[in-house]
Amino acid sequence: MTGESIEIAADLLIVGGGAAGCMAAVEARERAPDLDVVVMEKAHVYRSGCLAAGISALNAYIHEGESPESFLRFVRRDVHDVVRDDLVLGMARELNAQVHRVESWGLPIPRDERGLPVRRGRASVKIFGERIKPLLGKRAEASGARILNRVYATGLALRRGRVVGAYGLHARTGAFVAVRARATLVCTGGAAGLYRPSNPGSGAHRMWYCPYNTGAGLAMGIRAGAEMTSFEFRFVPLRIKDVIAPTGEVAQWLGARQINALGEPYLETRYAHLGGEKMATQDRLWATLQERRAGRGPCYLDLRGVPPRRLEGTIAAYLSMAPDAAMLMADEAFYARRDGTMAPIEIVGGEPHVVGGHGLAGYWIDERRRTTLPGLWAAGDVAGGCPKKYASGAWAEAVIAVRDMIEAARAGGAVEIDEEDAERERQRALRPLESKDGLPPAAFEERMQKILEEYAGGASRDYGCSGAELEIARLHLERLAAELDALQARDPYELMLAHEVIDRIDVARQLVEHMAHRRETRWHCYHERLDYPERDDARWLCFVNSIRRADGTIEIVERPVERVALDARLPSLVDGAALVRSGG
Amino acid sequence: MGIHIDVHVCNGCGTAEEAMCVRDCPGDLIVLGPDRRARIRDNRACWDCAACVKVCPTQAITMQLPPEISLRGVRLRGRALRHKTVWRLRLRDGTERAYETPSTGRPPHDPNL
Ligand SMILES: Cc1cc2nc3c(=O)[nH]c(=O)nc-3n(C[C@H](O)[C@H](O)[C@H](O)COP(=O)(O)OP(=O)(O)OC[C@H]3O[C@@H](n4cnc5c(N)ncnc54)[C@H](O)[C@@H]3O)c2cc1C
Ligand code: SF4
Ligand code: SF4
Repeated sequence: MTGESIEIAADLLIVGGGAAGCMAAVEARERAPDLDVVVMEKAHVYRSGCLAAGISALNAYIHEGESPESFLRFVRRDVHDVVRDDLVLGMARELNAQVHRVESWGLPIPRDERGLPVRRGRASVKIFGERIKPLLGKRAEASGARILNRVYATGLALRRGRVVGAYGLHARTGAFVAVRARATLVCTGGAAGLYRPSNPGSGAHRMWYCPYNTGAGLAMGIRAGAEMTSFEFRFVPLRIKDVIAPTGEVAQWLGARQINALGEPYLETRYAHLGGEKMATQDRLWATLQERRAGRGPCYLDLRGVPPRRLEGTIAAYLSMAPDAAMLMADEAFYARRDGTMAPIEIVGGEPHVVGGHGLAGYWIDERRRTTLPGLWAAGDVAGGCPKKYASGAWAEAVIAVRDMIEAARAGGAVEIDEEDAERERQRALRPLESKDGLPPAAFEERMQKILEEYAGGASRDYGCSGAELEIARLHLERLAAELDALQARDPYELMLAHEVIDRIDVARQLVEHMAHRRETRWHCYHERLDYPERDDARWLCFVNSIRRADGTIEIVERPVERVALDARLPSLVDGAALVRSGG
Repeated sequence: MGIHIDVHVCNGCGTAEEAMCVRDCPGDLIVLGPDRRARIRDNRACWDCAACVKVCPTQAITMQLPPEISLRGVRLRGRALRHKTVWRLRLRDGTERAYETPSTGRPPHDPNL
């Protein structure tokens, strides 16, 4: 019940039961059956987070002929050199073991005639992943970990500067839950819903990223003073218009090329200097926007001439990962049969997200996945510095983190919740229920989205902005945060929505500071400073990190990019054939 | 638009402790009413993931594209079975098409993949 408080003791606490969290639970219980493991999950582990609809590929894998080093080279090039080599290499070395572990649990991975996993791209494996989340969730359950479904975390439990667990609220009852733990892993995913959604009205949540991942883990860390990295590297997906679904299924099954309105394969004909089909992910999006600006838009996946019956395989593939896209393609095939011709499929950029699994944004961590807060580890989309990890990389990071957490938990003594700290968080967490005549969470959400959209490079601004605009965003977000005492929730469900918006405002404020600090344009669209349109390696080949101080000010620090020497003779992923972008 | 729950078909998952659709929605959007029939709190908050569609034992749930995207468009139903998921797409003219997607286990070797 609301008002009730529950305390739970654990050795290891995992906050977020998604890709990383489920794998972490299994690894922890297999390696250390004597330790009590608790998973705090906002939804239900069977269908929570990014994997809810299913996925069709594992986008980080070391195929035959490749190596962790060649993978690192590919990542470096794609993110224009600002990357943590140590994190990428460590993850890459774990990838295949985790992929085959999940295969042994029942994930169908088709094999070629030599028995090797079928390639989706240079670093991607095809899977039949409709059931991947229930598979992981049931494994986590069977591991013996205690799973608290429907408990969403609101804050880290702190005692003398150390993380000793986390606090949460029960989504149905509003009960306050405190879990104390010797080691805590945060893996709540990235932050969706910061910017104005691509679709209006009843399509508002038809966005790319899981709309229920609202940056809680990031916000908890921000409030506790953890160092964050590279928020300015926002990830913007290039997707099928309206349904915001990956283009890989169409490109892969039907061999459809990306064309502009003139029918040219524009990546090759107009942007060969950026690498053509092999250009970095963000440059593809940028090139697509450029075509529109030049009057040659919109851009498409070219399906002209494809007989509608050939779409059936694509429709089936979409059903197991992006059901909306299956419906859209079925509709397109319907019209094609009627009209006798298949129309090309339009592609656009989606909303910008703060997500460390595709991009760079997240907690600043060390090789063992320790954050800068003692007692706290991070893995998956919430962790920064290590892009292109996707689902399989989230598993790899979870395993790396858990191994270190077990050692740390064994070495450290018992921990206690600080009563004052818990009471402060309880009051903060429940405050929206006490607010009278306030505004609903949706009002704050829309205000925040409007500010970021208009002053911090939303899709409607072609993702670009200036320092002066960011200054306005900063001011308005400050005012918005100051109004949060008027945020009102009438029941436990609305209380969850209230926290989703509180967390996103904290993430948004940090994001704007990062964008304001990096005065260059290194990653088109992801960080497009219209007043500094060039990439400047002499000044900005570094990480931009941030720490929110106790008084609320956000301090920016720069950290050097440290290179691991690679053997020049090793094959490089990007020297070969074009990557099939399976997207994710 | 998200989902539509047919209250004449939904049986509230009988005596199950928690209804399947209520359990599986990643956004906690579905609730059982006092009549033990499921309803969605707010279709604007639906991600269209189809988790509820597949898990419903009575197939009371259909999914549709948001009208902002396609007006009436296509309707989707599905059912998760042990080794596969079966789907039905109902097109604008009322015709239906069936699909199957594998779920768990060793996939058959297919050179065309
Ligand atoms: C549409 C889409 C398609 C993708 N396709 C692919 C693909 O084909 N191949 C691939 O390899 N990768 C793909 N990815 C990427 C992959 O899904 C993610 O990188 C991966 O799931 C990240 O794992 P995670 O554990 O960090 O986040 P998630 O798997 O999203 O897990 C986060 C968990 O935290 C929970 N949570 C959130 N907030 C709280 C809170 N406050 N308290 C407690 N719990 C909370 C969530 O409910 C969720 O269970 C895709 C992503 C998206 C969005
Ligand atoms: S489609 Fe997904 S998000 Fe929408 S109600 Fe069903 S389970 Fe929830
Ligand atoms: S799963 Fe189906 S039958 Fe069960 S409550 Fe939901 S809609 Fe009704």
